Amino acid sequence: MYDIESKQGGWFYSQTVKDHFFEPKNFVKTQEEAKEIAQASDGVGIEGSPACGDVMKMWIKVKDNKIADCKWQTFGCASAIAATSMFSVMVTESGGLLIDEALKIKPQNIVDRLDGLPARKFHCSVLADKAFREAVNDYYKKTNQFDKIDETKIKVVDKILNITDKDIEEAALHGVKTLDELQKRTKIGAQDKNCLPEAEELLRYYNEKHFSGK
Amino acid sequence: MTKTIYLDTSATTPLDKSVFNEMEPYFSEEYGNAGSMHNKGLIAAQALNRSRDRVSRILNCFPKEIIFTGSGTESINMALKGVAEKYKDKGKHIISTTIEHHAVLDTLDFLKEQGFEITLVEVEPNGIVDPNKIKEAIRKDTILVSVMYANNEIGTIQPIKEISKITEEKGILLHTDACQAGNSESLDVESLGVDLLSLNGSKIYGPKGIGCLYRKSSVSLSPLIHGGGQEFGLRSGTENIPAIVGFAKALEMSQKNKEDYTTRLSQLRDYLIEKLLEIPDSFLNGDKEKRVPNNVNITFLNAEGESILLMLTEEGICASTGSACTSKSLDPSHVILALGRPYEVAHGSMRFTLSKDTTKEDLEKVIALMPSIIKKLRGMSPVILSLNEVKNV
Repeated sequence: MYDIESKQGGWFYSQTVKDHFFEPKNFVKTQEEAKEIAQASDGVGIEGSPACGDVMKMWIKVKDNKIADCKWQTFGCASAIAATSMFSVMVTESGGLLIDEALKIKPQNIVDRLDGLPARKFHCSVLADKAFREAVNDYYKKTNQFDKIDETKIKVVDKILNITDKDIEEAALHGVKTLDELQKRTKIGAQDKNCLPEAEELLRYYNEKHFSGK
Repeated sequence: MTKTIYLDTSATTPLDKSVFNEMEPYFSEEYGNAGSMHNKGLIAAQALNRSRDRVSRILNCFPKEIIFTGSGTESINMALKGVAEKYKDKGKHIISTTIEHHAVLDTLDFLKEQGFEITLVEVEPNGIVDPNKIKEAIRKDTILVSVMYANNEIGTIQPIKEISKITEEKGILLHTDACQAGNSESLDVESLGVDLLSLNGSKIYGPKGIGCLYRKSSVSLSPLIHGGGQEFGLRSGTENIPAIVGFAKALEMSQKNKEDYTTRLSQLRDYLIEKLLEIPDSFLNGDKEKRVPNNVNITFLNAEGESILLMLTEEGICASTGSACTSKSLDPSHVILALGRPYEVAHGSMRFTLSKDTTKEDLEKVIALMPSIIKKLRGMSPVILSLNEVKNV
């Protein structure tokens, strides 16, 4: 993972993050505008929780199976705002990505385009891809394309920091073996210690799934 | 380049020029070790003794009751761990509050691992602890109570005198973390009735890397740092003479000016509070009256603190926030949460701490900027909480 923090030794954002924070792209400027956009959109998704400090809402317009427009609102820190802004640029640039292509964008791709994020900001602030998936599902629902809805439920384990089972699997794939290492890497349980037993169990499961017998 | 408006003096203060002037000779000219027998050593020892005298006069105690340390945090560590170690045969229970600085809370966590039992008394919604609740928490095996004098985040002043009446009656030691109190509150340990009091230089326009612990002569402490036996055998290590000289001068100055400081800054503080509360869906954290004269802590609902902070930074204004996004642990402010308010309130909390050089013009700039910053962030926020939803949960 490209970690700005370790390179600069401080609490810094890249110039790209700053640009997208101070001059966000495709964002909704007022609550009135949000209502108008909601009316005109083909799908909407929301992700995060105010308690965590980051919430993203995303509206999409679809034309010929491509993302014609992607508007968003974000409550959160600079990295959350910048990450959502960057994602909206990525799915709409050069005439818009095909839905299936857009769904392939991973948090890491967003972070790369932002020229990195402090590691501890990664999990709680890069939620754009998840809000987008919801918006796409909403679009499929509204257009009766039920067979296309991706029902792969991502389970949120740490509800405050928005750390999912996928994050734990990714950590396991990166060699994380103990709960201690997982906490260092993801900050899981930093606010809600109750999720730790489940996290530990999942970590064991993914380690067995990927590494047992090897 | 925009002019910097520094409103983060509870993080640290600038070093006062006159303090620096007193320190300066002790770097390269009078560099002696206070433990040496020759002239250079003697000059250093004299500076050390003189500084100890000066500090003791302000605190109204004996010079031998002043122990110089490396920081406020170190003083606190020495007080809590030192008492715990010495008095553990008497009892293993320690009382403190939920709004203490991490220097206290994390030290108590450490002591808990060592087998001590810790009770953290909750504060009232105004951020002030009720002395009666301290009294109720006292057990037969309680050896120490530690309550901060002034809170670093919301500025609330705690009723130390009332608490000391209780601890004195029960024969329990009382420590106060006075790191944020030095500029405006009396530090007379006799009238406060405390047995231990921690201070540091970097909050009172003195140097960083220096603190002191007042320890009543009747209180035993075990040393934190072993070695050459400096500071009455409690804090070994060659004395940091320039910092000690600077600390004494800074403490003298801030205590001498505390009335003027309080009069001038409390007016500016109240003006800033009044103007910022004109922004809808905002409220003050901490008691309006019983707070240090330089602290403003306001929550702006539906706007996130780190984003506010960065937008202010871009305009040259330095402040701080209780938002989780700026803390290394990703924890939102435990102080705001301790007021009984939900996470959302901590995320939108902003602290402005005025300095002795802050002018009304400085504040006008903040007052002019904040509404547009909040408006921009609220416009792009999908979260629209109302005051009723979060204020008194």
